[in-house]
Amino acid sequence: MILQVKNLVKQYKHHDGLINALDDISIDVKRGSFVTVTGPSGSGKSTLLLSLFGLIRPTSGTIFFNNRIITGATDLELANIRQEHVGFILQNFALIPYLTTVQNVMIPLALKKVDGDEQLERATEVLKFVGLANRINHLPRELSTGQQQRVAIARALVHNPSVILADEPTGNLDPALSLEILDFLSKINQTKGITVILVTHSPVAAEYGNYKIHLRDGRLAG
Amino acid sequence: MNVFKIVWLELLNRKSQFISGILSITLGIAVIVAIQSISTVSRENVARKLDNLGANILVLPQGASIDDYYTSDIDAPTIPGEYVERILNSTLKGVDNMSPKLTRRVKVGENTIVLTGILPKSEIASKPLWQGIGLIGTEVKTACAPAAPQESLKYLDERLQRKVVDTLQKNECLLGYQAAKRLNLKEKETLSVLNTELTVVRILPETGTVDDDRVFAHLTTVQAMTGIPDQISAIEIMGCCHAISEGLLSKLRNILPDTRITTINQIVSTQIETNRLMNKVSLVFLIIIFFVGSVSMGNFMWANVNERRKEIGILRMMGASKKIIYQLFIYKSIVLGVVGGIAGFVLGTLAGVFLGPFLADMAVRPVYLYLLWSLLLSVIIGIAGAVIPASMAAKIDPHTNLQEA
Ligand SMILES: Nc1ncnc2c1ncn2[C@@H]1O[C@H](COP(=O)(O)OP(=O)(O)OP(=O)(O)O)[C@@H](O)[C@H]1O
Ligand SMILES: [Mg+2]
Repeated sequence: MILQVKNLVKQYKHHDGLINALDDISIDVKRGSFVTVTGPSGSGKSTLLLSLFGLIRPTSGTIFFNNRIITGATDLELANIRQEHVGFILQNFALIPYLTTVQNVMIPLALKKVDGDEQLERATEVLKFVGLANRINHLPRELSTGQQQRVAIARALVHNPSVILADEPTGNLDPALSLEILDFLSKINQTKGITVILVTHSPVAAEYGNYKIHLRDGRLAG
Repeated sequence: MNVFKIVWLELLNRKSQFISGILSITLGIAVIVAIQSISTVSRENVARKLDNLGANILVLPQGASIDDYYTSDIDAPTIPGEYVERILNSTLKGVDNMSPKLTRRVKVGENTIVLTGILPKSEIASKPLWQGIGLIGTEVKTACAPAAPQESLKYLDERLQRKVVDTLQKNECLLGYQAAKRLNLKEKETLSVLNTELTVVRILPETGTVDDDRVFAHLTTVQAMTGIPDQISAIEIMGCCHAISEGLLSKLRNILPDTRITTINQIVSTQIETNRLMNKVSLVFLIIIFFVGSVSMGNFMWANVNERRKEIGILRMMGASKKIIYQLFIYKSIVLGVVGGIAGFVLGTLAGVFLGPFLADMAVRPVYLYLLWSLLLSVIIGIAGAVIPASMAAKIDPHTNLQEA
């Protein structure tokens, strides 16, 4: 198991009262699997995804990553785990607007203090993989939405993570582009053996999963 | 790529923001640099004046004013000439050079001139005791005045004049430029004054000072002519600065009764006062600029942090620690500080160079040392303003800011 979640609870404190965004979630994720998380809006999908590696601190419960408990880890330890093992892809692409394609992709390597030449080499290589070799000096606003999401995929991939977490990566894309992105994720999963956890509300996307999780009101639903 | 490069790319991409971020620091530093450049030149001017005057201590009779020193009336008070020997025979240290003078305002026909008795070098040579001290004539530099660039100042004529003084005979005189004009005399002609005939050996170049109206003659001659033998109206002393600050003046007062002893510093004190005032203004500005600069930098950084919430979230998502986020904003403030400081130095120096001649009637040069101080100040201001916003940035919750479109 690459990831085990036991009795995960996340409550948001709001002045209207407590919100149980996640209510006693337990899941086991096998290494190399393609997990899809579906559920209605507000069911807690994003909260679950971002809780896994500490971007949201869960209220209670335990998370094991590579058989190590990471729920009590410090901010720095969690940051280092994300830096080393995790790639994120978000619906809004989360690119830095004043950095070029290749600069955006190099950030994870820069954070790891990888040598400059190697950064460029590896970033160029993954950009080739997502078909953007001829767009490396473009700014995000000079790219189409589909291209922007491919930059985000390249960035999630460049440091050879063991897990990629994608939160509705096709939410802003038309069906044809969505399929293209989903095919990339599937290719990454199959050829590189990277575990993918994909949050989606598209039934088509959900079909890609070999482990399907459905959430309703913060609980697992059959 | 280094993560800190992100800061540069952001700033270069948002140039108007960049400029508004450094504006208050730049203007503040510019004001200080401008004031300081002007007052540096002014300080140098004072030093040069001291240097060219030669003497920096004046011994005057009690009750005499500085004006008397320049234009003594016939009954102006005097002091015994023997005071010179008294100083020489004392154990006082720091008296490098002395020159006794007797000054009297006298009439030559219709004209009033200032007759000044001085001691030529040949006279000094006859007194072995004085020789070692090199009384007059040798080109002396004040011990404390910084070596000013030797520009051809009018004051230098005074040294020229001293050279002639070296060999002045008892029946000779030197004429100031205006005096010569008014008396209508040329070199080698004879001046008749107080029943004495004096040969004009030289007409001194115009200096624009009271010296232009003077007639210089041998001290003993002037004493005899005016009927006040053995009396002098002033002793100019070249004193060493350290000695002056260690109380040379009061020691002199002890051995020279009924005298008024002042330093040239007091004579050029208006200029020194102005410099002091400028320094005070600078200091006040410094304090104001520190606070205003820090607050405005803080304000800028605060806005910047809020604007960059999403990027902070993105970086944290990719594994940047809180510490890195903090460092990025501190680094940004250092960049703004350095750029703001350099711009402020350049602006202030230009202002000094262009405004100096109008405001202070002085040619102002760039003082490159201020670049260092500008940088130091602006970087400190930058960091001081950024500390709080940077730690806020580090605490920003990554996930709520990540989801924004
Ligand atoms: N910062 C927050 N403060 C308070 N409540 C929150 C916060 N973030 C999310 N919630 C609440 O938690 C619940 C789960 O939100 P979450 O974003 O995980 O849903 P989601 O399944 O991702 O929905 P969507 O499909 O619309 O993205 C929602 O009811 C939401 O209102
Ligand atoms: Mg969501």
